[in-house]
Amino acid sequence: MEKKTHPRLKEFKYTLYRIFRNPSAIIGFTLLIFFTGVAVFAPYIAPPKYAHDPYIMPHKGFSPTPKPPTKEHIFGTTSGQYDIFYGAVWGTRTAFKIGIFVVFFATVIGVSVGVISGYVGGIVDEIIMRIVDIIFAIPTVVLAMAIVVAFGRGLDKVMIALSLVLWRNYVRVMRSGILTLREMDYVQAARVMGVSNIKIMIKHIIPNAIYPVMVMAFMDIGSMVIVAAFMAFLGLGAPRGYADWGQMISLARNYIVGPAEDPLRYWYTIIIPGGCIVLFVLAWNLIGDALRDAFDPKIRRK
Amino acid sequence: MPKLIQAEDVVTNFYTYEGVVKALNKVGLVVDHGATFGLVGESGCGKSVMVRSMMRIVQEPGQIEGGKVVLFFNGDQQQEAVDLLQQSEAYMEDLRGNHISMIFQEPNAALNPIMSIGDQISESFLFHRKKEMSKKILEDLSADDCRVFLPLKKLQQTLYTIAADNPKSFILIICSKIPILSLWQRRLKREALQRSIDIIRKLSISNPSETVHRYPHNLSGGMKQRIVIAIALACHPMLLIADEATSNLDVTIQAQILELLKDLKKTEIASILLITHDLGIVAETCDRVGVMYAGNLCEVADVEKLFQNPQHPYTKALLESVPKFSQEGRLRSIDGAVPNLVSPPSGCRFHPRCSHAMEICKQTFPEEIEIEENHMVACHLYVK
Amino acid sequence: MENVLELKNLKRHYPIYGGVFRKQVASVQALDGIDLSIRRGECLGLVGESGCGKTTTGKAIIRLDDPTSGNILFYHKEKKDGVDIATMSPRQMKKQGIRSKLQMVFQDPTTSMDPRMLVKQIIAEPLREQGGLSSRALENRVVELLELVGLTKDHPMRYPHEFSGGQRQRIAVARAIATNPEFIILDEPTSALDVSVQAQILNLLHELQQRLQLTYLFVTHHLLVVKYISHRLAVMYLGKLVEIADTDDLFNKPLHPYTHALLSGIPIPDVQHKLKRIVLSGDVPSPLNPPSGCRFHTRCPFVIDQCKSEEPVLEEVESAHKVACHRKNEVRKLVYDQFG
Repeated sequence: MEKKTHPRLKEFKYTLYRIFRNPSAIIGFTLLIFFTGVAVFAPYIAPPKYAHDPYIMPHKGFSPTPKPPTKEHIFGTTSGQYDIFYGAVWGTRTAFKIGIFVVFFATVIGVSVGVISGYVGGIVDEIIMRIVDIIFAIPTVVLAMAIVVAFGRGLDKVMIALSLVLWRNYVRVMRSGILTLREMDYVQAARVMGVSNIKIMIKHIIPNAIYPVMVMAFMDIGSMVIVAAFMAFLGLGAPRGYADWGQMISLARNYIVGPAEDPLRYWYTIIIPGGCIVLFVLAWNLIGDALRDAFDPKIRRK
Repeated sequence: MPKLIQAEDVVTNFYTYEGVVKALNKVGLVVDHGATFGLVGESGCGKSVMVRSMMRIVQEPGQIEGGKVVLFFNGDQQQEAVDLLQQSEAYMEDLRGNHISMIFQEPNAALNPIMSIGDQISESFLFHRKKEMSKKILEDLSADDCRVFLPLKKLQQTLYTIAADNPKSFILIICSKIPILSLWQRRLKREALQRSIDIIRKLSISNPSETVHRYPHNLSGGMKQRIVIAIALACHPMLLIADEATSNLDVTIQAQILELLKDLKKTEIASILLITHDLGIVAETCDRVGVMYAGNLCEVADVEKLFQNPQHPYTKALLESVPKFSQEGRLRSIDGAVPNLVSPPSGCRFHPRCSHAMEICKQTFPEEIEIEENHMVACHLYVK
Repeated sequence: MENVLELKNLKRHYPIYGGVFRKQVASVQALDGIDLSIRRGECLGLVGESGCGKTTTGKAIIRLDDPTSGNILFYHKEKKDGVDIATMSPRQMKKQGIRSKLQMVFQDPTTSMDPRMLVKQIIAEPLREQGGLSSRALENRVVELLELVGLTKDHPMRYPHEFSGGQRQRIAVARAIATNPEFIILDEPTSALDVSVQAQILNLLHELQQRLQLTYLFVTHHLLVVKYISHRLAVMYLGKLVEIADTDDLFNKPLHPYTHALLSGIPIPDVQHKLKRIVLSGDVPSPLNPPSGCRFHTRCPFVIDQCKSEEPVLEEVESAHKVACHRKNEVRKLVYDQFG
């Protein structure tokens, strides 16, 4: 016998192996580590000018024309003379905040509603699922915008609105998982042993049904940042000057195309915040993809 | 009897997280023309991997790493022998379903749920028999003076001439893509459907001309397996490989399918390679049997010899552990389980479970010995 | 001999709903009036093809499935009078201590165990449910159970997927006997296993039965597998019992034509044994609308007009040998004449 490791540890190692066997996971995690580093060390990378609220981007002057990169502003300044480098660095924190907050609340709501729906069944299930269907009929952004308009402008309001929209996805996944697992032999075996329904739910069904929700949640962290950026672009997000990638693109909206003789003159106003968003979303999507492969019980063991 | 297919020293490995699974360790077998060869063994012994290696359809992460699979198109004549492991993928594609076809355990997985039965059988004809069918249609076209508008008939004749000459011609591919011109295939499809009806009539399915228009979900399990057999038999293969073809069916349905295979053997198919874990099926349908254990072939013999006079300890034990009508009392069983092929036992792979294990069994791998005519055993108990 | 269980006219119809208002439009008659008594200490084999209702019977007894009508009487070892468990609530069953007395072993050991649980937890689960054991005692009991089914004490700290099929089924058996049950339903416990391992499990089950004085209901589609272990056999076809007899009786002089066909359909691993086979034509009809009269008449080689209109009753022909067939007295001769 080789050295004895605890089986849970062995299983965990195997999961890690399955995740990192996938090259896209390595790229995804590298990007994520990079972004996390930037977010954590933001005060050192770009020391805040206003100590009371570091999220406000510093700006020198109010000229609407962006200025190209210089030694002082290595990524240049965008419309309103906000420093793009500072915005990109502190925007990372904002992106993490949006993504994780929104997805966390949406999963909590979605999983609980899904569990109730799948567990109670019958008329309750029917009512919940029809409500979810109705919410599904409204486009994400329209619904989120309606909620933001009702609550008022602000980043926190956007986050709440998005979680109130996103949970509907998880309800369906959780419920269908529960319905499939309820018919599994090991659940039946537990019933034969006399384990009560609630215990079966907690011990056998939820832990096995949660994986698809987790994979989905990881992927949604990225896409929620996009939606939030879109709303910022429409002017529904954070107040002017807040370090937020969406906001920065919104500031640069008049400079997407430069003057006729040099259309790419203001590239840095769009490419840098836009690139940040793309890479951030890509990181989460790649990770989500790798996790899906790693967790899939069908291909996990042969 | 002349040989049909001969595999020699096939080695197939699977590269997994746990390590290299040595699924086949130099396995060789010979299927004769007109014979039914049964390959038996427990699950995980490599019998499926063996035939998949012979057909070159081993799934990822498996790799065929050595050996030879020689197919004799015309008896023993060496010049017409082909080593399948050396051929191109295109060659194999043409071979599978045409000269060698396979049926699998699960008919539901083998049939496409959104295609009608007729279309699924026709597919095989359209893929492998385009040339021949086009020739026949050409004859028909020139024979009958039907109502087809004359230039159209001309066009059809030209196209079918091309098809009869080279079915993969570029012009035909283009014509099949252009909406109105693609109608030229209609006759071809009609012909294929007609052939499909003929083939399922042979499988004693009632009302064949109606069955071809039905979909798999309309049919019962036994019926579906018949359709799968029909697809396999469509092109009159030289060898039919049946991989656990009846093990998911009920006893009475299994009896029907086995009778059918026996009947077909007399009329339609040259040889059958039957893979099963059920020794009863082997005893009833096969002429020759190979017993596999943990990626090795332990014993090959004619069916009477193997069942009446088994030589390898594994074969003996396996035969004793099968429930029988006549036997009374406790069932004999083989202790332990099939070894993990990542780290197979040294020497003879059966030695940890063998009641006759000797010192030499742990060290060296036994060679295959012919102990009597046509009876091969790989065991140290028998010395040359 | 005293009975452990008595099934009285047990029925299970699965309703099929249709239309906008979810009205019941039809029902699948999975079980249609089963009368069966299971004696203490015996092993009763329940044989039939897929879809004949054999698994439904097992699940109804253990109340994984609620019977539509009929009674299931359970007799405790100590108490004399039976309790009807057909309509009892799960909580009531647990309270009266019946839950732990009825257990089940499932067909596929891969799916019958939670893949995320360790073997230790899997076997301890029913014990925990019963309560009253300290964690030390629990651990000891788990090891004891593992040794009883032929595994060692190295095994509890592993996941089920690390085991071979036969070992997994041993774990499932250990879990089933953990609460000292009186009655175990074995639902095709060997059909997912290899031949050589199948024999191991059958022997294990046989030993355990004698050692722990268990009563088995062995549900299977394979007649030869139950021959070794069962004392009596019941043959089912489309939700009905067609024949019940002692095992030897059933093998030596089967009376129902369906039993004949089942027996002759099994491939025999013996080259000298060349019996002529009764090949039934067609498939099992749908239980959605079963044939009128005798349900077997659509496939029976000896069908007469009476079979199509009148349903045969399960009657005792000899002692302990019951058959439901109109031509029960002629079948043997008919089989001999037609199939040799």
